[in-house]
Amino acid sequence: MSYATGTSTNQSPARNYLNAAHTVKSWLLTVDHKRIAILYLISVTVAFFLGGVAAFIFRLDLLTPEGDLLRSDTYNRLFTMHGVIMVFLFLVPSIPATLGNFLVPVMIGARDLAFPRLNLASWYMYMAGAAFILYAIIAGGVDTGWTFYTPYSTAFSNTHVAMTLVGVFIAGFSSIFTGLNFIVTIHKMRAPGLTWFRLPLFIWAHYATSLIMVLATPVLAVTLFLAALERLAGLGIFDPARGGDPVLYQHLFWFYSHPAVYIMILPSLGVTAELITCFCRKNIFGYKFVAGSSIAIAVLGFLVWGHHMFVTSQSPYAGIVFSVISYLVAVPSAIKVFNFTATIYRGSVSWESPMIYALGFIGLFLIGGLTGLFLANLGTDVHLHDTYFVVAHFHYIMVGGALMGYLGGLHFWWPKITGKLYNEFWARIAAALVFVGFNLTFFPQFIVGYLGNPRRYHFYPPEFQVYHVLSTAGSTVLGLGYLLPLFYLTYSLFKGKAAPANPWGAKGLEWEIPSPPPTENFLKPVTVTEEAYAYPLRKPGAK
Amino acid sequence: MSAADAVHHPDHQFDSPLQQRESLSLGMWLFLVTEVMFFGGIFVGYAVYRHMYPEMFHHMSHHLNVYMGGINTAVLLTSSLTMAFAVNAAQNGNKKRMVSMLLVTFVCSIVFLIVKYFEYAEKFHHHLVPGAHFATDPEYGDTAQIFFSFYFAATGLHGFHVLLGTICIAIFAWLGHKGHFPKEKYQPVEMLGLYWHFVDLVWIYVFPLFYLIGLT
Repeated sequence: MSYATGTSTNQSPARNYLNAAHTVKSWLLTVDHKRIAILYLISVTVAFFLGGVAAFIFRLDLLTPEGDLLRSDTYNRLFTMHGVIMVFLFLVPSIPATLGNFLVPVMIGARDLAFPRLNLASWYMYMAGAAFILYAIIAGGVDTGWTFYTPYSTAFSNTHVAMTLVGVFIAGFSSIFTGLNFIVTIHKMRAPGLTWFRLPLFIWAHYATSLIMVLATPVLAVTLFLAALERLAGLGIFDPARGGDPVLYQHLFWFYSHPAVYIMILPSLGVTAELITCFCRKNIFGYKFVAGSSIAIAVLGFLVWGHHMFVTSQSPYAGIVFSVISYLVAVPSAIKVFNFTATIYRGSVSWESPMIYALGFIGLFLIGGLTGLFLANLGTDVHLHDTYFVVAHFHYIMVGGALMGYLGGLHFWWPKITGKLYNEFWARIAAALVFVGFNLTFFPQFIVGYLGNPRRYHFYPPEFQVYHVLSTAGSTVLGLGYLLPLFYLTYSLFKGKAAPANPWGAKGLEWEIPSPPPTENFLKPVTVTEEAYAYPLRKPGAK
Repeated sequence: MSAADAVHHPDHQFDSPLQQRESLSLGMWLFLVTEVMFFGGIFVGYAVYRHMYPEMFHHMSHHLNVYMGGINTAVLLTSSLTMAFAVNAAQNGNKKRMVSMLLVTFVCSIVFLIVKYFEYAEKFHHHLVPGAHFATDPEYGDTAQIFFSFYFAATGLHGFHVLLGTICIAIFAWLGHKGHFPKEKYQPVEMLGLYWHFVDLVWIYVFPLFYLIGLT
């Protein structure tokens, strides 16, 4: 292995990005991508906690068929709060703005992103958006669901819709800024010798994600802008009373929000590629296919939004086209899963905690993806639409998939980011709890949804109670699994052993520099002379 | 920082001035792509409704003042031309010409905004603003509000972009006067030019789609 970085690998320098300065101002006005990643990490963790608490409360309420804990309007506000926070303030920025921010420049041998100040502005936009959303929640909440469907959101709901729309609108700019920064950085700032097909798959995944952020988010912005004007200023674009078409809102909304699902899952797929190769000590199987499938998912993702509207007034012919293209998304997704599996095959597998998350990811992503096919089918969707089946399906992707990748990546790069080693025993326990808890929470929802329990209803028939009790029990285990890292990772910051530059024996530029990295990342110019994942053990027959 | 320094010392994250220039240029074009998608949402909505209510759109278009719209079109096109002159002057290191051309562009954009103000005032006066006070059309009823909803959404967003551009042009003229854009560092002026041409281009679509469709 010969990255000509010229740094001594196992020695922590006295100065690094964390101890370069200690004032509050040095953090709040930093333009260092690594520090901005930390700012984002703290913010999205708070958001995840709030969204999780909301979910846990309404899951408790769903223990009984009549919802004895909450009033119905409180229940509506809680699931809306859960959705809005989790989608816009946690899942969308989760991996790109934290791990991506930290690693994209490092992995390509750059000193920073192309536009460091824009990067900081992105965090401030996120915080401003979050402030509006949180204010709306504290002032009484929103009850429209995270999709803000018109005309309910514009004409009927008496809750703080406009404030929330403004918040989501502003937060959208943070992800546009991040995506734009990544695209320019990846195009223009790769180290000499780092050709496109030598890039780590994490970078390919973030490139695809950034394309979606840049192309789709503005459409969400203008949609929410029109909805907000309709509510505040009396415009009538989505108002059926004036001849407007509420389904147009759904078209525009899902033009962003379906690709947004891929904003959430693609970075996770990239993380998983890094984890699998490292802990199997093996090159990825079919590098170009895995890289290309990220782009394919991003492109196809723009052409399937109509599958959210099979049961609306959308033309059945359009429905057929959307259905077929939705099926096509399964192809690049399957390429990922098959190639990950083939990479594991005859690899030298070890079972560190990030690998447990990665394996969990493959399993959950598989179930989430296959159940998506039921919903892409015009016939079965009529039965399953707006039931718990849909809830279970997208949680397998967005929580099972995206979150497993996020946690796996966080554990994998934690020693690099913080320079500390965490307790591996507890990390494995947590990974196992998350996997078990997640399945216990959401698998019963497939069944109860198939049996006909609609989503978002406060009450349900008593014969469904057993599934809801299982689900709530699972969410308790899941919650515990999510809380554990908060403790042992925080503990490691103070009492953890110092991490060496490359604790996992992994390949990649980020492991060639000290942990934590110096402010300028690389102390000497970087030249790349090898393919990615040049692990000693390679697939049989490979040179 | 002198001009020569800027050439030899790019910002800390870049290896060379060329890399910095290319990055800034790509970033700006990507930003314009996001803007296209942003306005694209409104134009898609417009297309859907014009397909649904073609006669209403043609009829309501008569309520718009083609002369005012025409003046604004001429003003914006002229401003794009002077902006192109300003960029060219910056490229050639002609500071005086650059600043004066930016100032002409600035005056044009102010004229545009003033004309827009009178147009909006007229709509309010004639109760053509969607909402509770809308003067329901005898022929098309409240559906007529759809046309004006798009009119205000599109021209409002466009006007906001003009306003932002106007402020930026003023700042750039001031900075240019102070000598911040020497020949070797003219690129920010070019980026401002790209933005301004984009704003102009949006109007090139807005004007016929709202003002001219009613002409026979």
